[in-house]
Amino acid sequence: MPRTVKLMQGNEACTVGALAAGLEFYAGYPITPSTEIAELCAEELPKVGGSFIQMEDEIASAAAIIGASLTGKKSMTATSGPGFSLMQELLGYASLCEVPVVFVNVQRVGPSTGMPTSPAQGDVMQARWGTHGDHPVIVLSPGNVKECFELTVRAFNLSERYRVPAIVLMDEVIGHMREKVELPDASELVIESRPAPKSRVGYKPYAAETDGGVPLMAPFGEGYRWHVTGLFHDETGFPSNKPEVADRLMRRLAAKIDRNEPVIRDFVTESLDDCEVAVISFGSSAMSALSAVRKARAAGIKAGMLRLRTIWPFPDEAVRELSSRVKAIVVPEMNLGQVALEVERASRCNAKVARVSKVNGELFRPEEILAAIMEAAK
Amino acid sequence: MSETLSYFRQDRLPHIWCPGCGHGTITGALVRAINRLGLDKNKIMLVSGIGCSSRAVGYLDFDTLHTAHGRALAFATGLKVARPDLKVIVMTGDGDCTAIGGNHFIHAARRNIDITTIVMNNNIYGMTSGQYSPMTPKGMLATTAPYGNSERDFDLAELAKAAGATYVARGTSFHVPMLIDLIEQALQHKGFAVVEALSQCPTYMGRKNKIGSAVDMLEWIKGRTVNAKAAAALPPDKVQGKLLIGELHKSSQPEYCDEYFKATAKVRRAWKNIDGGLRGCEQNSD
Repeated sequence: MPRTVKLMQGNEACTVGALAAGLEFYAGYPITPSTEIAELCAEELPKVGGSFIQMEDEIASAAAIIGASLTGKKSMTATSGPGFSLMQELLGYASLCEVPVVFVNVQRVGPSTGMPTSPAQGDVMQARWGTHGDHPVIVLSPGNVKECFELTVRAFNLSERYRVPAIVLMDEVIGHMREKVELPDASELVIESRPAPKSRVGYKPYAAETDGGVPLMAPFGEGYRWHVTGLFHDETGFPSNKPEVADRLMRRLAAKIDRNEPVIRDFVTESLDDCEVAVISFGSSAMSALSAVRKARAAGIKAGMLRLRTIWPFPDEAVRELSSRVKAIVVPEMNLGQVALEVERASRCNAKVARVSKVNGELFRPEEILAAIMEAAK
Repeated sequence: MSETLSYFRQDRLPHIWCPGCGHGTITGALVRAINRLGLDKNKIMLVSGIGCSSRAVGYLDFDTLHTAHGRALAFATGLKVARPDLKVIVMTGDGDCTAIGGNHFIHAARRNIDITTIVMNNNIYGMTSGQYSPMTPKGMLATTAPYGNSERDFDLAELAKAAGATYVARGTSFHVPMLIDLIEQALQHKGFAVVEALSQCPTYMGRKNKIGSAVDMLEWIKGRTVNAKAAAALPPDKVQGKLLIGELHKSSQPEYCDEYFKATAKVRRAWKNIDGGLRGCEQNSD
């Protein structure tokens, strides 16, 4: 099958991935460093029969994609930190109402306006916990341009399969970096769609197995005449204040992701078999980390790396297993230690966890991470 | 009666509104207008925000979307662009529409997107028990304006018109036949149509301001309004400080979805694969 080789940017690869996954509707608001995604969607979506709209702000953008998704169309928005903050309100709505939508957050330095053109990874916890209340989300982290394509396709698939918001957490370097990318042929892609009801008769929009079931989703406009509300609701979709209904709903929503963590989990490893000092990293930090690990190996240190491609749900088991057989875990990230906190939790004090943080808008140099590996190996 | 009732999810009744509330009257007016026009139940998407007004959609038998505070129009915009063939109606309140949702309101109006918006204006935040809204008249009392409201209120009709809405009307829960007519006109209008429906909140607005019972409040509403057609013939002192009711603005302007699909029509059919031939995989769902 013909494959396409192209020099492309992460933001471009993300857009091409979204289109490949079946994107039909994009709503967004301009913000650096994500804007190329909006521009490309504006240009390309009409060509495939889809629609683009530039909304008045990020809250409206999140609202519009949820609305469009309810009609059965795969929908997405892209933003960066300040805009992602505004979207939190409706990310929670999508999570509770189980509307599949994809959010792309090309991270920049924050808080607030921060440094708009510089990379950061400071939204790891916001992506997980930014909206109020316990809620399920899936967060994927591409580590190169090709993965921007692959993980955007996957984000759509997971979002559709589990009816959750999926977040593609990129960063400025991944978004703007250009690499040679070999794109797969369409026939090689697996494209998933939300589970759909077969009949209007007796349709209960939120009926599902108690333990993590995913309800069948009817599109608006097709005669199902169902109700969606951000209030807690029973299986009919109508509001309920009953404690047992609320409890069942909350636990089912959480279990949708928790139960499926082994399937959602995704990471790549480098030299972990005989590893003594492990590096856990993600996104553009992991590019420098990989170089550092190889340099450490060349210097005789048994270093290895676990690179997260799924950050949430966090791969607890994999990290715990790794921590049980290494001396130390070095966690370089462009924030003050957000993934490190999870590594500390998951490793249960089995191994020393060394935070290597960077919040000045610069990428890691491999030497900085190498120095931390050397220190941890002592 | 039975025809009107068929638009309700009767198993969801009774409603949660307080005795004497005007929102049921306005919901009834919407249903009667829909019934008169014989609109297909399956081709209407009804959207609301948060507040007393926004609970209306749960009682009506369409695809219904009870969204977040102020965001009804933004959700509705996504629905409309995704399915321009369907009728989209928004039910919102004065706080929902003009405070937290004010930005979405003016931009929906500016786009002239084909959405019918019914604003149930009871001049108060009822669901949170009586705080002042951007449509509480100056000087009136609210739980957060215990010494009288210091803020000026919006003239929603003027705001809508200035922002670009192409159908603007004001009705009330007192003048019900007129309200049904206005909603009927709004539903038939192509473009962004706004019907402000003055409604009574005897529980919080009425009690706090000692206006009296629901009936007294209806009299109060009646006294605040003048028919727009009659106003021209009345001496200025009879119109001064009154709210005009009736059709207040109507114009024919290009509608957003029409314009977007027209602008993109050239590329819409002749698309080429986006640098990689990835689109058109058979597994794609619609």
